[in-house]
Amino acid sequence: MDVLLLSRLQFAAATYFHFLFVPVTLGLSIFIAVMETLYVRRGDEVYRRAARFWGKLFLINFAVGVVTGITLEFQFGTNWARYSAYVGDVFGSLLAIEATAAFFLESTFIGVWAFGWRKLSPKAHAFAAWMVALGTNLSALWILTANGWMQHPVGYVIRNGRAELADFLPVITNPTALLKIAHTLSGAYVQMAFLVAGISAYHLLRKQHEDLFGKSFRAALAIGLIFAFVQLGEGHMHAMEVARTQPTKLAALESHWRTGTHAPIFVFAWPDEAAGRNAVELLPLPSLLSILSFGRPDAEVRGLGDFPATDRPPVLITFGAFRLMVGLGMYFIAITALGNLLVWRGWLARYPLFLKVMLWSIPLPYLANALGWTVAEVGRQPWIVYGLMRTSDAVSAIDATQVAMTLVGFVILYSLLGLTGFWLGIRAAVAGPEPAVSGDGAAPSSADAKGGPA
Amino acid sequence: MTLQTVWCFLWGLLWAVYLMTDGFDLGIGMLLPFLGRDETRRRTMVHAMGPLWNGNEVWLLTAGGVTFAAFPAVYAAMFSALYAPLMLILFALIVRGIAVEFRDKVDSPGWRALWDRVLLVGSLLPILLLGVAFANLFRGLLLDQSGYHGTLISLLNPYGLAGGVLFVLMATLHGALWLAAKTSGDLQREAAACAGKTWVALLIVAVIFLAATWFDTPLYRNYLAQPVLFLVPLLAVAALLATRVFLAQGKLWPAWGASAVTIVAVTFFGVIGLFPNMLMSRTDPSASLTALNASSSPLTLTIMLTVVAIFVPLVLIYQGWAYRLFAGQVTEEEAAAGEGY
Repeated sequence: MDVLLLSRLQFAAATYFHFLFVPVTLGLSIFIAVMETLYVRRGDEVYRRAARFWGKLFLINFAVGVVTGITLEFQFGTNWARYSAYVGDVFGSLLAIEATAAFFLESTFIGVWAFGWRKLSPKAHAFAAWMVALGTNLSALWILTANGWMQHPVGYVIRNGRAELADFLPVITNPTALLKIAHTLSGAYVQMAFLVAGISAYHLLRKQHEDLFGKSFRAALAIGLIFAFVQLGEGHMHAMEVARTQPTKLAALESHWRTGTHAPIFVFAWPDEAAGRNAVELLPLPSLLSILSFGRPDAEVRGLGDFPATDRPPVLITFGAFRLMVGLGMYFIAITALGNLLVWRGWLARYPLFLKVMLWSIPLPYLANALGWTVAEVGRQPWIVYGLMRTSDAVSAIDATQVAMTLVGFVILYSLLGLTGFWLGIRAAVAGPEPAVSGDGAAPSSADAKGGPA
Repeated sequence: MTLQTVWCFLWGLLWAVYLMTDGFDLGIGMLLPFLGRDETRRRTMVHAMGPLWNGNEVWLLTAGGVTFAAFPAVYAAMFSALYAPLMLILFALIVRGIAVEFRDKVDSPGWRALWDRVLLVGSLLPILLLGVAFANLFRGLLLDQSGYHGTLISLLNPYGLAGGVLFVLMATLHGALWLAAKTSGDLQREAAACAGKTWVALLIVAVIFLAATWFDTPLYRNYLAQPVLFLVPLLAVAALLATRVFLAQGKLWPAWGASAVTIVAVTFFGVIGLFPNMLMSRTDPSASLTALNASSSPLTLTIMLTVVAIFVPLVLIYQGWAYRLFAGQVTEEEAAAGEGY
């Protein structure tokens, strides 16, 4: 294998792994900050215990998410040196701003948060939680702005043999980036909501800590529905932006080969990439692709056949990942809508099956988010910066053996870390919250030690 | 010209601050097997850096990010040339962070012993390799117009290894002083004694390193051209001596502060000596990347300067607040209470 393929595999492995843990921290940081704020406002101990319980899971995710993020920043230099030298003038600044303006906030206050339960007043502690949430989410914002620039480069000129910044404002108001931020954050909040709902369901099924997990479950169902629904509309806008800026990606999303107006979407299709067409096309929904992409049935949608084979992304992966992601998105809307209905009518106790479904649905948003990144990154190929630089021109001039060794190292290390992280997470989730206490270190109060008033 | 010089200075400053802050975390990690006689001890030691190490590590990320933003050609060439050591540093830092945050997650001696070993390796390896890498940057790499021709083995030359040992000892002293200032009783006494011994070793290695720098690198060129610059290495020496004086007087925080000044001055000694080089070639000076020929555009440098001018003081304020919040001595009871990750 060559340096290019090895480097791509390495970056893919590192990113997928990183993003298993990051979405939960994006959402859970806000969830915890809200719980602590409610504790300050209402003084009900259950919110503090909820913050501490979900905080344990947050810390495990945070630990793995952070350490794996650091390698990503340095991998641009180690494995993608030609990319870094060519676009660093624009791209590098976004990563540097992320570290300076966001990551410091998150990392400094996480220490304060974790070690400050006794040292800080509840109010100050809630403030620390909000700073963690702010830092974590701002961090995502800058990284996604950087990725948005790779999808749709703006605000640059080619000068001195590289892409130089011409105007910063378009870079930070890049519509592609803004849509990507909305899409990724919503996806993250859905993942968090399903994790909270699933773990709460586990305890509700066992009828333990029902006050704490009842509250968490209801909140998570509402959050899940809101952001799954946001994804529907936002995802549509996102796709329209892709149609405008990345025609090859859009065509690959739907395995659309023939340029034309009134472009259909096929309920079932299977691409034959070598032949440059679909091997199977069944049940066309007439004009739907034209309407969804450009809002008009007579809009022309360019097909993959219009582009030389060397400019096409891998179609089957992009297409398959997109369909699965959209399907999962629909499931998230349906199941959370049903859940909110059950809550609203007070029927939850009657249908323990629903709790079981939510418990077993925990992995699905993880999958959906990984598929989303597959669509975004594989669909952008063969470009590393769409239309500006090819992935094959971006790789470092380094020895393949080195990369092979570090790739093996990454896979082994990350597998061990991942298994340990998930094992600890499951262990903490199953163990449940610490017993209720009145004041610090005092005897447990009877209210919520086991069950409590529902 | 001035903008690029300012950025080269800031680049050095960020590395210096990283080594000054995370340096004591790495030092504590390395001291764990020597001072951590029992679990209460080890727990107290980890607790002494627990709330702060995360924020400290971000200085490394910022130093890396700023290299990318301000000197993309340096970032690209340096990190791909130093592929193997950098990857080892990253792997080590991954397991270091995980060790700190996972060691207390399971209440079992075997589990903790495992992570404590990981913490030792994860602390020793990064600081050793950072020292090796910086010494090789001072010495110049095997770089010509066709690229980089060195290997991990060629980096492990005597001067590179001396740099590695120097950094390990600086971090160990720094960590021992932090522990002494942050703890009490036996642990405090032993940490202070350990700092005293490490100080002697550091002094010897520092003298060897400064002398070897004369023979093996062109760093003194800038100093001979501008003798006033000798104040920087003199400051390093003075701060190192002051560290010992403060330690002898039992003034532990001032001793730690003097050790911090030593680390910053040593880093600047190298960066000033290199200037305007950032990635210097040992074989072909025309292949060297300098702050002048490898920087970003003036626009990017200006925007980044604005960002840094706003956010770095802000970071210093809230990190300073966090440092003050956790400045008190860690008691064994507090460490045992289970606050933390």
